[in-house]
Amino acid sequence: MAKKLLDAKEVERTLTRMSHEIIEKTKGTEGLCLVGIQRGGVHLAQRLARKIGETEGAEVPVGSLDISFYRDDIKIRRQPAVSKTEIPFNLDEKKVILVDDVFFTGRSIRAAMDAIMDMGRPAMIQLAVLIDRGHRELPIRADYAGKNVPTSLGERVEVLLAEEGEEDSVLLLSPEEITG
Amino acid sequence: MRLHNHLHIINAYVIDPSQDFEGRAELLIEDGKIKTLAAGEKIKNAKGAEVFDAEGMYVLPGLIDMHTHLREPGFEHKETIRTGTLAALKGGFTTVCAMPNTNPVNDNAGITEFILKKAEREGNANVLPIGAITKGQKGEELAEMYMMLSAGCIAFSDDGNPVASSLTMRRALEYARGFHALIISHSEDPRLSEGGVMNEGFLSISMGLKGVPSVSEEVFIYRDIALAEYTGAKIHIAHVSTEGSVRIIRQAKERGVHVTAETCPHYFSLTEDAVAGYNTNAKVNPPLRSEKDVEAIKEGLRDGTIDLIATDHAPHSLEEKTREFDNAPFGISGLETALPLGMELVRGGVLSLKDLVSKLTIQPAKILQISKGSLREGADAELCVFDPDKEYVLDPAALLSRGKNTPFAGHRMKGAVVATIFKGNLFKW
Amino acid sequence: MRKDLLGMKEMTSEEIMLLLKTASSFKDVLKRDIKKVPTLRGRTVVNLFFEPSTRTRTSFELAAKRLSTDVINFSGPSSSILKGESLLDTALTVEALGADIIIIRHSSSGVPHMLAGHLRASVINAGDGTNEHPTQALLDAFTILEKKERTEGLKMVIVGDILHSRVAKSNIYCLMKLGVELRLIGPSTLLPPAFEEIPGVKVFSDMEEGLKDADVIMMLRLQLERQGKGFFPTTEEYFREWGLTKKKLALARPDAIVMHPGPMNRGIEIASEVADGTNSVILEQVTNGLAVRMAVMYHLEQAKGEKRG
Repeated sequence: MAKKLLDAKEVERTLTRMSHEIIEKTKGTEGLCLVGIQRGGVHLAQRLARKIGETEGAEVPVGSLDISFYRDDIKIRRQPAVSKTEIPFNLDEKKVILVDDVFFTGRSIRAAMDAIMDMGRPAMIQLAVLIDRGHRELPIRADYAGKNVPTSLGERVEVLLAEEGEEDSVLLLSPEEITG
Repeated sequence: MRLHNHLHIINAYVIDPSQDFEGRAELLIEDGKIKTLAAGEKIKNAKGAEVFDAEGMYVLPGLIDMHTHLREPGFEHKETIRTGTLAALKGGFTTVCAMPNTNPVNDNAGITEFILKKAEREGNANVLPIGAITKGQKGEELAEMYMMLSAGCIAFSDDGNPVASSLTMRRALEYARGFHALIISHSEDPRLSEGGVMNEGFLSISMGLKGVPSVSEEVFIYRDIALAEYTGAKIHIAHVSTEGSVRIIRQAKERGVHVTAETCPHYFSLTEDAVAGYNTNAKVNPPLRSEKDVEAIKEGLRDGTIDLIATDHAPHSLEEKTREFDNAPFGISGLETALPLGMELVRGGVLSLKDLVSKLTIQPAKILQISKGSLREGADAELCVFDPDKEYVLDPAALLSRGKNTPFAGHRMKGAVVATIFKGNLFKW
Repeated sequence: MRKDLLGMKEMTSEEIMLLLKTASSFKDVLKRDIKKVPTLRGRTVVNLFFEPSTRTRTSFELAAKRLSTDVINFSGPSSSILKGESLLDTALTVEALGADIIIIRHSSSGVPHMLAGHLRASVINAGDGTNEHPTQALLDAFTILEKKERTEGLKMVIVGDILHSRVAKSNIYCLMKLGVELRLIGPSTLLPPAFEEIPGVKVFSDMEEGLKDADVIMMLRLQLERQGKGFFPTTEEYFREWGLTKKKLALARPDAIVMHPGPMNRGIEIASEVADGTNSVILEQVTNGLAVRMAVMYHLEQAKGEKRG
């Protein structure tokens, strides 16, 4: 039985807390935009953008970014399907916050940063993640982390969201639960 | 080398259509000739003879191939008289007729003599040269057929090419008739076939390859038979491959025209599907045809419209066949697969065993008017021993021919020649 | 995804849709300032063209460069019976230079298939004889999908020398798998009865009849060499019967799109006013060609990773 790390209420509270942290650190929504990394970060980015917008009374632009073309592991493993990149606004001079569900080795974030840099010249890039499960392989850190969860390499953290037809939750799966 | 001239073959199942014989028998060979064929009983005066136990085997007269390409002189990288006749023996053939499309073409007595001398020195089987009908096989001027006949040619053909001009073909038939020589026709309309590399049909379109329409063969068979009928000459149609062709020949025979016909094992064993994947080993002229053509060929064999089976053994080098399909040469290396493929006709109920063997022995012998293909008393001891049950996967590298170009590579085969006896030599395979 | 892209014959509709989906993402990349992604950085792509072609080769070359690969252009002799290196030797030499992907165009059908069997590198068929031209069919399908947002039930017409057109053949295989209602139009010398045997395909000699209510019209290039071979008497007659004019276009649906693989013979198979008119998507086909070829190369390289991972 997979361990439930966060239930629906806790996910909601964590996201609310993160949205306040972002507003505090970026000192308002001027030039702020959120970019959710496909696929886990997209809905989270939209939720965070909504919360920030509600609190500050201003709309925060949200986009989605597919990093397939910037990955470093095309030669060694099966690739996930390519999804859409939709960033319907200019990135130049913006404060971009990348949003992802689970922060692990850091390679996805590296790819996302390279993609963003090819698409424009932001004033700054920050990172917001719902779960930080450790095991970094690159010197990248999260600016905003919902929850720090120590894990072993064989385990997997899964984030389920209402937008995908599931109840909001974060699950920790053991190695046996992944293969079985 | 030790000669096996005194041989006592026991426990054999002998099939000799020339004596209308099929059954368990023993054979005694003395001084390289057939001394006795004892049906269903033991030969008593076989003292001192080497015993050969043929239990479970068929013993057949050495087969005759009326259509082989030995490639020498000029194309020794594809095959030589030595290697081709060795491959023939392995296939059970002790007599082969060598087509003249060599380099230079066998269109004069000098080349004919060269081939015969080579065969005598290095050949492993009887080689009967077929001379060209026209000089250089160009289809224009008649070649010196009479001198070639005197030098030893058994028949005449421009095989590889049709004789495109009806006038030239008419003259050739008239001229050959004068000395009772046989013209073997490669019937094909060169303009209709031009550029074609496989059978024309849906498959050729879907593979993007230019097709050879069946009507190209039929149009020229019709023409050749009509010319033979008109001139009163006899004619033999080479490598029949289509339903229409069988029908035309059948009707001509019913009319009493002096026409005979042959087909090859690939035309009753494979369809054009064998070309799938651009397999150049299945590229042959005439091409492999459709299902209904294959059925018609089998029916033609069954009802006697097609008189005999010849291999049209056409070896090519590996390099030549490893080219784009359009440019790979046409031809299948067929001497060593003919008999097991023929046996499939017997297993499939198309021919009786005796019929199959006669299409490979007395039928060609009769048409060529040679005394071969028989186990009659006094005949030269030329025979093959065939194991009908041996099962194996065909490995082209194991072929003795220099030509490894066979579409049957990797196919499961049933039946193989295990021994061939020729001129006192006993070859065990 | 398989190791090579040799033809549409073997592809499933799932594979086709996956490629087109990826192509759509690559088309977005091509709209940006930096029209490049580092995805296949360091790979080597070789254009091995035995048949000359500037446009297709340039399209592949640019697509490969947009993926950050190194591109080499190699031209080989048009036939292996000319003295010189054999086809296979040429291909193996190219592979020995470090090619990861080899794009082959040859005037003989079956050459990419023959070479793919001997090569470790991935082979893309850029046109073999009169057999197939799969990336053209893919970019055509992409264009149709983009403009019409569906393929199921679309009435599509292909006009011209279908017998000898590898573009037509690849399109037929591809679009039939995507549920398109196909009509073929042309002189009956170039549309043998065998085509009527394809289930779901209708054959027309009368262009006006075939064009009725068409959603998509694809005009094929008439290869002028065919004129001497007796397939049709003159190009004037050809244009009169099977050329696409504004008048004939009006028989199709008003929102019908007009396609052409290029290069066009204006006034022979297509009138200038149609080629330059509002229904024409001919130039977009070219742009889409880039995105589709990028998608093909991406998926072929990915397939190698799949085998290991």
